[in-house]
Amino acid sequence: MNVIPLSAFDLSIAAGLVVLLAVLSVAMHLRLGKQIIIAAIRTTVQLLLIGLVLKTLFERADIIWVMLLAFVMLSVAGYEVMARQKRSFGGWWGYGLGTLSMFISSFTIALFVLIAVINVEPWYTPQYAIPLLGMMLGNTMTGVALSLDRLTTGAYEKRGIIEAQLILGYEWRPAISEIVRESVRVGLMPMINSMAAAGIVSLPGMMTGQILGGSPPMEAVKYQILIMFMIAAGTGFASMGATWLGARHLFDERQRLRLDRLKEGRT
Amino acid sequence: MTQLSINQLQCLHLGPIDLEIAQGQCVSFSGSSGTGKSILLKAIIDLIPNQGDIHFGDQDRQKMRASEWRKLVGLLPAESFWWCPLVGQHFPNLNSHQKDWFAELGFDIDVLNWELSRCSTGERQRLALLRLLCHEPKVLLLDEPTANLDGTSTEKVEGIIKQYRQQHTCPVIWVSHDQQQIKRVASEHYVLEHNGQLQKVAA
Repeated sequence: MNVIPLSAFDLSIAAGLVVLLAVLSVAMHLRLGKQIIIAAIRTTVQLLLIGLVLKTLFERADIIWVMLLAFVMLSVAGYEVMARQKRSFGGWWGYGLGTLSMFISSFTIALFVLIAVINVEPWYTPQYAIPLLGMMLGNTMTGVALSLDRLTTGAYEKRGIIEAQLILGYEWRPAISEIVRESVRVGLMPMINSMAAAGIVSLPGMMTGQILGGSPPMEAVKYQILIMFMIAAGTGFASMGATWLGARHLFDERQRLRLDRLKEGRT
Repeated sequence: MTQLSINQLQCLHLGPIDLEIAQGQCVSFSGSSGTGKSILLKAIIDLIPNQGDIHFGDQDRQKMRASEWRKLVGLLPAESFWWCPLVGQHFPNLNSHQKDWFAELGFDIDVLNWELSRCSTGERQRLALLRLLCHEPKVLLLDEPTANLDGTSTEKVEGIIKQYRQQHTCPVIWVSHDQQQIKRVASEHYVLEHNGQLQKVAA
């Protein structure tokens, strides 16, 4: 069974709907018209570009190019994590903390699934490696960003409570444990919710895509389950890792709370 | 005999400061607001970055875990913070001796079931002192411990601190703006100047 190909004309009909939305929002004085158009153009250009990249990549299947694309994706995700925090760590920590935890968790799990579960030959076959990693990074990024934002904001807002415990001779770990627990919880909630709602409320995007692309529904479902588990594990490990490392870096070797290591971010 | 000795302590604009306090001796710090009295106390317990040597007896601050040092040198901050909703949750293992302190500060032992959100500033200040004393520190650093209290409560607080100081023969630093109080509680008086130096003054 083959996919019905979409022509440029088909896409422009869909684009018409977005233009209609933009016109309507201008008429309603929502001041969103420009943003909607810019975002729609970005989607088109970015996806066309990645389509070209993937097309070339699929023809070559070269490990160097696959790894290069993987690291480009990782570094953009790392930047997004930092940009989404109200107060991030200053210097290299700001960028490195999220990026490192996403790297360790996403890359190991994607590699493990490619080699041990899907068993694709060679393991870096771009048709499998790139979409898997992309979905991992996209979700992990959200989890890590939420966790770190909660951690640094929590430490900033509750500095009095943390220091009151340090003053009484508590170690740094119990003094911040409440905030750490809350941060990991916040990072994991979206994933837990989407696992709980999958199939009943929402048909996950990847599965929908596969079915539209002509795969038998049960195959699409099995892949979706695999992906959900990967994402849950990846997001969980990355959020825990980033929160733990971040909490540690909020204190120095004399167990002082060092909020001066945070920088004031976007408000 | 000297028990707490501070050598060349520097922190932000403060110092270098040298100070020696004997067993069971109470010294007072005063000085206009903004001179850094609270910062100085926090530097002594190593809560903020600082340089200098501090010894308690023959114990060297730098050679101890920071948490152990802070158990030894107890600070009562000017503002008290609480991390659980109920008063009693901050007092996990009270012995009968410690329970008596509550009565001495004018609390029924039922105060342990109170919600902190319903306590007044003065009540919280007295409870914070009790919380500190229940950790049995060997040195007391008190940052305006009676700032929000009326005359009767102030008297009770001064009483319990005196009793604790004498029983444990512990050195005390008492930050206060009240000249009368300074005369009552302290045997030596220091003023923290705007240039960050600690000046001894006559009583």
